[in-house]
Amino acid sequence: MRVLIWLPLAVLGLPFVSFLVLALVRPLRRRGRAAGVVSMVATGLALAGAFVMWWEGFNSVATWSWLPGDGGPMATVGIMVDPLSRTMLVLVALVSLLVQIYSLAYLADEPAPSLGRYYAYQSLFAFSMLGLVLSPTFLQMFVFWELVGLCSYLLIGFWYDRPAAARAAVKAFWITKVGDLGFIVGIVMLWALTGTFEFPALLRMAQEGTVPLDGLGLIMFLIYLGAVGKSAQFPLHVWLPDAMEGPTPVSALIHAATMVTAGVFMVTRAHALFALVPEMLTLIAWVGAFTALLAATMACVEGDIKRVLAYSTVSQLGYMMAAAGAEAPSAGFLHLLTHGIFKALLFLGAGAVIHAVGTNDIFRMGALFRAMPQTAIVFIGGTLALAGVPPLSGFFSKEAVLGGVWEKHPGLPFAMLALTAFLTAFYMFRVIFLVFFGNRHPGGHPHDPPALMRVPLWILLLLTVATGVQLGLGGDGHHGPGWLMPLSIALALGGIVLAWLTYQRGLIDPARLAAWLGPLDFLARHRYGVDAVFVGLYRGFLLVFSRLIGWVDRYLVDGVLNVVSAWCLRAGDRLRHIQTGQPQDYVYGVAFGVLLIVVWVQWWQR
Amino acid sequence: MPLHAYLVLAALVFVIGLFGVLTRRNAIGILLGIELMLNAVNINLVAFSRFSGDVAGIVFALFTIAITVAEVAVGLAIVIMIFRVRRTVEADHLDLLRG
Repeated sequence: MRVLIWLPLAVLGLPFVSFLVLALVRPLRRRGRAAGVVSMVATGLALAGAFVMWWEGFNSVATWSWLPGDGGPMATVGIMVDPLSRTMLVLVALVSLLVQIYSLAYLADEPAPSLGRYYAYQSLFAFSMLGLVLSPTFLQMFVFWELVGLCSYLLIGFWYDRPAAARAAVKAFWITKVGDLGFIVGIVMLWALTGTFEFPALLRMAQEGTVPLDGLGLIMFLIYLGAVGKSAQFPLHVWLPDAMEGPTPVSALIHAATMVTAGVFMVTRAHALFALVPEMLTLIAWVGAFTALLAATMACVEGDIKRVLAYSTVSQLGYMMAAAGAEAPSAGFLHLLTHGIFKALLFLGAGAVIHAVGTNDIFRMGALFRAMPQTAIVFIGGTLALAGVPPLSGFFSKEAVLGGVWEKHPGLPFAMLALTAFLTAFYMFRVIFLVFFGNRHPGGHPHDPPALMRVPLWILLLLTVATGVQLGLGGDGHHGPGWLMPLSIALALGGIVLAWLTYQRGLIDPARLAAWLGPLDFLARHRYGVDAVFVGLYRGFLLVFSRLIGWVDRYLVDGVLNVVSAWCLRAGDRLRHIQTGQPQDYVYGVAFGVLLIVVWVQWWQR
Repeated sequence: MPLHAYLVLAALVFVIGLFGVLTRRNAIGILLGIELMLNAVNINLVAFSRFSGDVAGIVFALFTIAITVAEVAVGLAIVIMIFRVRRTVEADHLDLLRG
């Protein structure tokens, strides 16, 4: 029984201890690689614990009183282990560990103190994300939600002396903060409505139908806003492509597999509550499908390999949300898991390419297959999974999502997702043909990365294949109609063929293709103006407001004080002249005062 | 002679002393004014003692005389010190504590 409590606590606590040690023990932290070892050991042990819990099918909920209140604690902290969090724990711990191992080689040129700081942040992130997954209450989840947001800021802006990185970190923080505001307001309003923050109680109330429906729609919308920010749904998706300024392993971990999936995780966790407001689910599905398509179009015109992957992540997050909105949360969660693995694979593979070639620009790469065969193979494997080609895992999860959406929203959302599938295959293979094939040579001597980078890549590829095979063999009933499977395969192959024709064979000129889709191409290249809207709001409202407040503070608030002080000084300066320094004048004053007192006593005290 | 005659006398002497303190330029002149004021107090004390038959007034007067002596000694010492430093005892020139 006790195992059920201390094991999750250990899984949660080990990365935290690692963070504390690295944060407080400066000599250790300044020795880069040693810090890395500490962090990796902690994460590895956490992974072992998570794996044991997953394998044994642990279920437990344990909470301790946190904020007191009458009639029981107002808020509690604790851990909650159930099928959802078990699987997520393994994903988070595994990808964290692989990324940390990979980083040792990727950031080998980093000065040791800087590397130590990196691993401190990585430990903090692992702790925060694991805590988020294990949270049994909305409030605790929010605390960890903010913590992962902080880690994201710290890691995106890891190279803080680069202005672009610093700006990107701040942008990520601001945009997700918009969502977080809605989230906390929604959480508190939900508490006001139901009297509790705790998931087990809330989900039970939802199932029993004892949740008051009055105003629930607004509450769930506000809570959904948190997921919109964190999981980069339209229109709060703009921070994710800019977040690529951080080191590539960070992008793989945070902005592909774990942090951004927190929104999907939360929606899946609270799905029973969302289900009480069907309009919300419809909104989630539509926004998800729209986001997926929008991001896919933007990925088609990107030249930076990491940005392509970033838009791809936004797009796939849209898929997951669409599934959740279509009342198929298990399909969305399955896609979360498979995507986490192959997207991390793709990012780490891209990192290997960037490391070898020294640039992110796909138009400056080419014919890398010969030079980096292992990297190419794993990257192509990940791409096939992303495009949804069987028997890789992506195919099964994508099909599950499409099937779920077809059942509930067979119109425009399904069409958007189907078109997105086509575009996904297209833009990913566009990257592959431009980077690994063709006859341009990027110069220098690119080669396969060192073992510390290669091994995680192969592990992720193996997992992608293995989960795919397991899903295929498991075959837990194909969702959706029978024509769905051939359709998804056709869409994937169609995108691949189009990319092949355009970029490998040169039969279709990409410039003419772009011109044919003229206005769409223009909009996609300018990101549909969403960024511009945010910049405009920031400059137009926020900065103007700040300047106004600054003026009020300087001239009114400080002004009052300055005027009063000036009066005091002037009065003092004038009163000074009473002090002549001659005692006779003082005696005169005393005598006069005594006279006044005598008069007062004689006259007034009648 | 009725009591109030002595009281009036004491009051007059006090006021004359106060006037001296306030108007004389020489520091020693100011000290003389203070002497007069203290002596007026003595006259008052003795007059009340005589007319009420209580000897406490005379005793009090003896005390004040002793204190006056001490105070004059210190005051004159200070005036001498000032003269040594500033070469003047004119009150108008002694305004070092001017604000």
